[in-house]
Amino acid sequence: MALRQTKNSPTRGLLPRLEAWLEHRAGAVFLWPAVVLMLALAIFPLLASIYLSLSRIQFRAGEVSFRFVGWANYQKLLFGSEQTHFLGVAKALPPLGWLVFAGVLGLLLGWILRHLRRKGSLGGLLYRIGVSALVGFLVWSLLSRLAGQPGTVQTTLVYVLFGTAMQYLLGLGLALLCAQKLPGIRFFRVIYLLPLAITPVGVAYMFRMLTDTGRGPLSPLWNVLGLSNFSWVNDPWGARFAVMIGDIWQWTPFMFIVLLAAVQSLPQEQIEAAVVDGANRIQTFVHIVFPYLIPVSASLLLIRLIEAFKIVDLPNVLTNGGPGTATESMTLQAFFAWRTLDLGGAAAIAFLLLILVSLIVTLYANGVVARVRRD
Amino acid sequence: MRRDSPHAPSLSSKVLSYVALVAWGAVVLFPIYWLIVTSLKEPIDVFEGPKYLPWIDFNPSPHAWNYVFGTLGPSIAHAYRNTVVVALASSLLTLLLGTMAAYGLTRFTYRPRVGLILGFIGCVLLAVGLSVLEVPWQLSLVIALALYGVVVQTLGKRFQRALSNNDIAFWMISNRILPPVVVVIPLYVLYQQVGLLDTPVALILTYTATNLPIAVWLMRDYFSSIPLELEECAQIDGAGRFRIFGSIVLPLALPGIVATFLLVLVFAWNEYLVALFLSKANAQTMPLMVSAMSGTRGTEWWYMSVVILIMILPVIVLAILLERYIQRGLLVGAVKG
Repeated sequence: MALRQTKNSPTRGLLPRLEAWLEHRAGAVFLWPAVVLMLALAIFPLLASIYLSLSRIQFRAGEVSFRFVGWANYQKLLFGSEQTHFLGVAKALPPLGWLVFAGVLGLLLGWILRHLRRKGSLGGLLYRIGVSALVGFLVWSLLSRLAGQPGTVQTTLVYVLFGTAMQYLLGLGLALLCAQKLPGIRFFRVIYLLPLAITPVGVAYMFRMLTDTGRGPLSPLWNVLGLSNFSWVNDPWGARFAVMIGDIWQWTPFMFIVLLAAVQSLPQEQIEAAVVDGANRIQTFVHIVFPYLIPVSASLLLIRLIEAFKIVDLPNVLTNGGPGTATESMTLQAFFAWRTLDLGGAAAIAFLLLILVSLIVTLYANGVVARVRRD
Repeated sequence: MRRDSPHAPSLSSKVLSYVALVAWGAVVLFPIYWLIVTSLKEPIDVFEGPKYLPWIDFNPSPHAWNYVFGTLGPSIAHAYRNTVVVALASSLLTLLLGTMAAYGLTRFTYRPRVGLILGFIGCVLLAVGLSVLEVPWQLSLVIALALYGVVVQTLGKRFQRALSNNDIAFWMISNRILPPVVVVIPLYVLYQQVGLLDTPVALILTYTATNLPIAVWLMRDYFSSIPLELEECAQIDGAGRFRIFGSIVLPLALPGIVATFLLVLVFAWNEYLVALFLSKANAQTMPLMVSAMSGTRGTEWWYMSVVILIMILPVIVLAILLERYIQRGLLVGAVKG
């Protein structure tokens, strides 16, 4: 009854007319509310912070003065006094570093050669060479700084790459485990969400308690291992791992819950058909489950990648960025600058972060997301 | 109709599964156990080194709970109410706008003209320029809007180049790249101008706008995995777009909707930096209370643990209530053939 009404309703009277108009413009009605709200709250902050990044702000006796200084804030970070802090110091690669770099170069070369063998277009070739040069440069600069002294850029990249990969793998494993029909599984599903429920600042303080080698709950363990005088936060890599462990603990549930919902909506018929054909668990996973999860995974990794670049609470509370600047992320550097009222410097760091993330996200989106969503 | 998993798990794989489940369960629960124990400790028990078991290692005392519910009671209750209002309102709004936009992006083709977008950017810059030149911002907004109307009628029809749905989605997610540290100051000025500073509305709007991209991206994937046949059938039967959306698509995407809801809810529930800036006494939220426990007297772990624990509790309850909807089999048998 109700269904037929819309079809035959005469377009007279205000309400039916409005309804017909809405129906006609359905596409716009679905999309526009979200776009308008986002535009309203995105444009002004974006423009204002661009302006901030190009100026020097001084607070004097209740008065704020802006002075336009052009690229000075960026100059300082990229070439000036903050360069080693921001970009680190490069050193010749150790053998392992060369091995990794050679591996990456090999992959890029193979990608270009495949294009040549398929007799692809010249534009495609130039695009691939450009992308390869860019990726090669990024990888080389990351590796050489890790061998020397990483700046906040490299530290952030380590957090992002390692953290996101671990979170995804753990989240996927847990989602598959929890998709089984086992007694008591619902208990695990709920408790696995717990870390997400704690406010990030709270997580950071909590991990400060837990990683305390003297008074923390794990201190007997450190004593047994003869590390009682060792402090996570005095060893650069130890401190970085402490931060990453906290990050992984907190954000694995994010991957977990999204992947669980995706696994739960898997078309069961296909799996059953595969089982009837004699596929085992691993085969079902590789050929049916995982391909089904690829689009969700691609978006999930993209979202998490973007979020991970903004890591700030954990290094701030856990190590205060130290020892030295070993655990300082880009956002934390911006936060420190901002706390000393250097708003221009903070905005400049944020915009360099924006450029770096946009670059990586674009590469990722063109290389991965576009491909998996082509169907 | 629900069916059991096609792979009936063998005993050994069951045991392995439980080992893995319990192992990660311990990793997740131990820090929270430590919070609970810490909340029952006197300061001296915290500083004397690790004490694990109440009544055995140390004498539990409710002093921290008494303090938080007694002395801090009124301000905690106020912050709690704010957090509930802000988180619920913003996550429901996010879910509504986000699912609609995501549905639009998976089922319609949008072709926003490049000319219109460039015109829009130009008009925004004009409005900003006028404001800088001391023209009242309301007036410059009106001028820019009027000019944009002209642009839509003239320039907009010239340029044929258009963007696609994917570009819109990327624009949305790119809004999340900029770290909040730099966005809060302009937002502060913005809300000050419209008189919404230190109100829950400011937080609700900000959280909705910042969480929308996540909702859109997640829901887009869930929607595109729903078979189109169902909607086509309904369309043939004469159902309108909104009816199809409300009574066919949304129920089918329920696991995804619930997962997305939980996520945007906890993001709004836990957000710290924006709340720090946009709220003072009136609209203060709970994350601010957590960090307030680390002040001039050092970090008061026992109080902080209590505050964190009472913040987690409702989220757990909600997760328990909603977890059942993230279940298998809603789509099973919906499409034949």
